[in-house]
Amino acid sequence: MTRFSAATLLAKAIGHHKGWPAQWPDAAPKPSYDAVIVGAGGHGLGAAYYLAKKHGITNVAVIDKGWLGGGNTGRNTTIIRSNYLYDESAFLYDHAVKLWDGLSQELNYNVMYSKRGVLMLAHNVHDVQSFKRHIHSNRLNGVDNEWLTAEEAQAYCPPLSIDPNARHPVLGAALQRRGGTARHDSVAWGYARGAAALGVDIIQNCAVTGIRRGADGAVEGVETERGFIATRKIGVSAAGNSSVLMDMAGLRFPLESFPLQALVSEPVKPFFPCVVMSNTVHAYMSQSDKGELVIGAGTDAYVSYSQRGALHIVEHTLAAICEIFPVVRRMRMLRNWGGIVDVTPDRSPILGKTPVKGLYVNCGWGTGGFKATPGAADLLAWTIAKDEPHPINAPFNLDRFRSGRLIDEAAAAAVAH
Amino acid sequence: MSAFRLPGRGRIDVARPVAFRFDGKAMTGAAGDTLASALLANGVHLVGRSFKYHRPRGLLGAGVEEPNALMGVDRGPGRHTANVRATTIELHDDLTVETQNRWPSLGFDLGAATNLLSPLFPAGFYNKTFMWPRSAWETLYEPAIRRMAGLGKAPHAIDPDRYTARHDFVDLLIVGAGRAGIEAALAASASGERVMLIDEQPELGGKLLANPARWDWLAGALTRLDDAGVVCLSRTTAIGLYHDGFVGAVERLTDHLPPATATGPRERLHRIRAARIVLATGAIERPLVFADNDRPGVMLASAARTYLHRYGVAVGKRVALMVTHDSGYQVAFDLAEAGIGIAAIVDSRPDLDPSLKARASDLGLELIPHAVVIGTHGAKAVTGITLAPLGSRQVRKIACDALLMAGGWTPTVHLWSHGKGKLGWDEALGAFVPEGEMDRVTCTGACAGAIDPGHGVHAEALWSPRDPASFKAFVDLQNDVTARDIRLAVREGFRSIEHIKRYTTNGMATDQGKTSNLNGLQVAAGALGNTAPQVGLTTFRPPYTPTTFGALAGSAKDALFQPTRKTVIDSWAHAQGAVFENVAQWRRARYFPRASEDMDAAVARECRAVRTGVGMFDASTLGKIEVVGPDAAEFLNRMYTNPWKALAPGRCRYGLLLGEDGFIRDDGVAARLADDRFHVTTTTGGAARVLGMMEDYLQTEWPDLDVWLTSTTEQYAVIALQGPRARDVIAPHVEGVDLSPEALPHMAYAEGRICGVPMRLFRVSFTGELGFEVNVPAGHGLAVWEALWAEGQRHGITAYGTETMHVLRAEKGYIIVGQDSDGTLTPDDAGIGWAVGKKKLDFVGRRSLARPDMLLPDRKQLVGLLTDDPHYVLEEGAQIVDVPNAPVPVPMIGHVTSSYHSPTLGRSIALAVVAGGRARIGETLFVPMADKTHRVTVSEPLFYDREGARLDG
Ligand SMILES: Cc1cc2nc3c(=O)[nH]c(=O)nc-3n(C[C@H](O)[C@H](O)[C@H](O)COP(=O)(O)OP(=O)(O)OC[C@H]3O[C@@H](n4cnc5c(N)ncnc54)[C@H](O)[C@@H]3O)c2cc1C
Repeated sequence: MTRFSAATLLAKAIGHHKGWPAQWPDAAPKPSYDAVIVGAGGHGLGAAYYLAKKHGITNVAVIDKGWLGGGNTGRNTTIIRSNYLYDESAFLYDHAVKLWDGLSQELNYNVMYSKRGVLMLAHNVHDVQSFKRHIHSNRLNGVDNEWLTAEEAQAYCPPLSIDPNARHPVLGAALQRRGGTARHDSVAWGYARGAAALGVDIIQNCAVTGIRRGADGAVEGVETERGFIATRKIGVSAAGNSSVLMDMAGLRFPLESFPLQALVSEPVKPFFPCVVMSNTVHAYMSQSDKGELVIGAGTDAYVSYSQRGALHIVEHTLAAICEIFPVVRRMRMLRNWGGIVDVTPDRSPILGKTPVKGLYVNCGWGTGGFKATPGAADLLAWTIAKDEPHPINAPFNLDRFRSGRLIDEAAAAAVAH
Repeated sequence: MSAFRLPGRGRIDVARPVAFRFDGKAMTGAAGDTLASALLANGVHLVGRSFKYHRPRGLLGAGVEEPNALMGVDRGPGRHTANVRATTIELHDDLTVETQNRWPSLGFDLGAATNLLSPLFPAGFYNKTFMWPRSAWETLYEPAIRRMAGLGKAPHAIDPDRYTARHDFVDLLIVGAGRAGIEAALAASASGERVMLIDEQPELGGKLLANPARWDWLAGALTRLDDAGVVCLSRTTAIGLYHDGFVGAVERLTDHLPPATATGPRERLHRIRAARIVLATGAIERPLVFADNDRPGVMLASAARTYLHRYGVAVGKRVALMVTHDSGYQVAFDLAEAGIGIAAIVDSRPDLDPSLKARASDLGLELIPHAVVIGTHGAKAVTGITLAPLGSRQVRKIACDALLMAGGWTPTVHLWSHGKGKLGWDEALGAFVPEGEMDRVTCTGACAGAIDPGHGVHAEALWSPRDPASFKAFVDLQNDVTARDIRLAVREGFRSIEHIKRYTTNGMATDQGKTSNLNGLQVAAGALGNTAPQVGLTTFRPPYTPTTFGALAGSAKDALFQPTRKTVIDSWAHAQGAVFENVAQWRRARYFPRASEDMDAAVARECRAVRTGVGMFDASTLGKIEVVGPDAAEFLNRMYTNPWKALAPGRCRYGLLLGEDGFIRDDGVAARLADDRFHVTTTTGGAARVLGMMEDYLQTEWPDLDVWLTSTTEQYAVIALQGPRARDVIAPHVEGVDLSPEALPHMAYAEGRICGVPMRLFRVSFTGELGFEVNVPAGHGLAVWEALWAEGQRHGITAYGTETMHVLRAEKGYIIVGQDSDGTLTPDDAGIGWAVGKKKLDFVGRRSLARPDMLLPDRKQLVGLLTDDPHYVLEEGAQIVDVPNAPVPVPMIGHVTSSYHSPTLGRSIALAVVAGGRARIGETLFVPMADKTHRVTVSEPLFYDREGARLDG
């Protein structure tokens, strides 16, 4: 692996950049691997990277039906935060945020993690109660999250309207300063490059079509468009298609898949310094380093596997954005797209073992799993390597839907981005 | 007339001068000009700076494909629009525009220093550096990158314009009013169908507008369409094609008018549902890729033709052409016939069409076959080109003041693609064309690849004797993506076109790759050693062109953003000086301050009034659902936890609704009006949700039940009278109901009249006092309220708001769903296990209640909390611990859900959920705040009138 640095960049510039090697080879499948990860999103690629890096398991393949990073990893609005309510969630997401810090150095790949702060707006008494509850809980869990008055919120984000006569006036906000954004593609590419350098095969354009199980029920390998690949350990990290894959192993998963849309504006000079979310008005926004406003909202209201949504969702989203930030009304939408998100009944992920021996799963991240990428990847790798969950992901088991030990963030926070 | 305006040419009114300002400079164009044509007429070629390297740029095109000429348009305060293409700005008096992304001026831009450093900034450079030292990313690098990035000015003032929307339902929608679209409309116009024809340009006609020979036909055709009643909309862009024949389109209504004369909405969103859709969106000419192909004056051949015929403007006095496609010749011929000097026609192909050759020689044009342009000269405008025969180093220079590129045509398949239509490679066109079928949608004309534009070769980048890695040959002009960037991406392992796009940002500029996608694809294919169809195209995303947020937000702003629901008594409360709060979509009176009272003082007074006399409360926002039918009781029995079948008509019951997960979703009192009729109430915020849930079960789970559901929330005004003297207030006005405690005890229901109007009377209480809830038809609500208010004066009646309601119910330990419960509490957790019918075989959520975790003793349970300091009111949301001062992470065992100062008790009270709380009653726990830890004692969640005697008053 050629190390990336300003010095190598300079050196290669002299040779017109002809000397750069491939960041990862496009691998062809081998007959068998020690572990196979299905889904080359950030989570899957990261899991392969940590399997190799931390657990010494390098005979690993990551298989994707499309090109790596082309799923939700490459479609999301990249909000990163960890100010979740319940202990289980706070520890899970904060594990990820700790890994975000330093990920560029770890991977020698600038993933542009930008701690510009995530501001969540409270618009009514109920919001205030709910946010205060989060703030107190976060403080006692050692997760930063602070209360701002409406004026303080506007000082932090000047384009914010705090007009008390607004339809949904801003009564205050919760701010997580460590929250922010990262560049989604770079995360996938950085992990891919890192994993490949450690010996992982990244196999693209190779849909998994079946999961083969032996007489004892344990997995024996995956059927793919390019033939059978033998393995005793399969990690499924397929986001919106997770339930389809689990079905291949004969498991019915408590997941529903919805379209989730996002959009960007044309680029303008920087004026929007942070990420702002409003669950009540229902939209969120940040400005990318390129100058585009990055905007999203809730899912379309029907289940679907088609990666496109309906126009009225965009209309609502932009009405909401213009309501909170009236100065952007004359800006223009440049691109609008959708992804398919997999949602569990309690809006928390499922990350751990399954009833099938050798089959591990990481799914149900719904609308909010980008922020968890390094954490989820690390924990999935641990679970696969040790055949048991790490204490952080142990509560996020499948069994909770039977036992009732749910981790219902949505119940307290309405939407979880 | 300026030197570049051609007398007697163009469709515009050259006789009518229009004054405008460009970067502060006064200039004149003609009525009908675009800003682009007016600038060219003034001899201005330098119109912008590129995104990354700040290279000087001129016009490439004449339409929406334009990547370079982006302007800030200023129409007065709050009316600045960034990134508008000069080619789509219609000239009008007082037009004020400025160029972007340059400092201090367009001519002298310090940002251009990045061009010198550009060897350090190839595609993806930011992934490879700015990592050291670690903290510098946030403090140094990222802020610097952000400052450099962005194109237009950031917005800072509120747009005063209005936007509007409408729905259109048509039999046939045709997108694109070029020849193909107009022909499709003509063909359909006789059928009597509703036909709609839309086009983004100010004038219908598409490419015909640049073809004077067809103008008569065009005029005739438009008249016929008009006569046939075809709806023709110009300045209307179809932004996206969605499911089931749905197209979003935006019509621009005022931007072409001088600001002073513009009235009405600025843009209109059309939501068009069409039985059939014809896409006749045409094709866009493709630029060519060679060194320094971005110099101002290098433009598309078709654009030059448009400027000539439509606007009567010459793009230069001595024009060279670089063609790989026959369609460029017609442009050269037209220019020559208009008296414009042709420096040379350079064609990469060795064998040329004899007829074109003959025509060129007739016109005396120099034709240089089998050669390519390998460079351009000039600083801020092209002054000459260097060309070389293919495979040779014998370069030659030719002077010119414009260079036209004719690289073939790319069908505009964006909308087809939005609809997930398949694309197939057309070798002759060297482009993707729609393939296969799509429900309701067909393509025609150039967009379908059905018009033969002539022959051409579709080279990736033009050959050059120089090392291709040593020069910049632009593919995406706006984003400064060069062919060597794309090759670098491929070298670095980015093999999928989507990867290449993302790594280089090719096609991601504000033109969305209209001129760069296909060239990028071909360069990539060359580098990969693949064919273009093997590499494939990136997905097109809506909108077709950038679309104003305001147009999509429409009238949903300010008060109309989400209508505020108000009760019929709201105006009275307002007149009384009530302070309001938003609850779900409603605004509700929170308290009624007198004189200088603050909230605490007002609430204390209101509470005392209810406990000692009588209070009056507007409860109209409570959700109401009428459940009717032979199976109504059975239905409620299945939905709610409580047993309903034995409830006698004339009686009420507190109902509890769970989700499938066994957690509390909603609650409310329901009365049985008759055997087959219930009046069910829900929480204010839950009304729509509960009705939706009921309908869901009724329609999908139990379609056999004979039940109808009707939302009656807004049919009734609900006036709550609460307090020991409540009966005295209503008694004089009630007819037909015996109000005595024997005849109408707590939780009884009766119908009669009040103040002469029909009434549904509930003897219920959410305060713990004697209480009535008077339901009258909403139209009579205010009159009844005022009559009872007048009556109540003798009893010292006091109006109270939601805050007092909260305090009173907290004193009694009545929960508010959504505040004391949060979607994780079971009935037992909330201390209302009694509301679950033990003998019932089933109800929604019952199975979940038996899950192991639901039975654990350490579940969070509702309790009361009393602070050691009776004056300290705990903060709602504060967390509870059993060990004070534990290290982080501190184990938390619950949180405060409701907390008030209780005027009745003269101290603070709180409700909370605490793990195993009921077993901890009497124990001391702690509430650690940032500044101080408070001691609290766990109590029953009931602080007043434990026996409930007051209810029976
Ligand atoms: C519009 C949008 C906005 C979002 N915004 C945010 C946000 O701001 N913050 C946040 O934290 N999260 C956000 N999310 C959620 C986030 O994107 C996801 O939770 C996260 O990226 C999931 O990562 P992943 O690696 O598991 O999934 P993905 O990146 O989707 O990877 C799954 C992969 O599995 C592959 N696959 C599927 N089926 C098969 C098969 N049969 N065989 C082989 N491969 C298969 C897919 O091709 C895909 O590449 C957003 C999501 C969307 C759609």
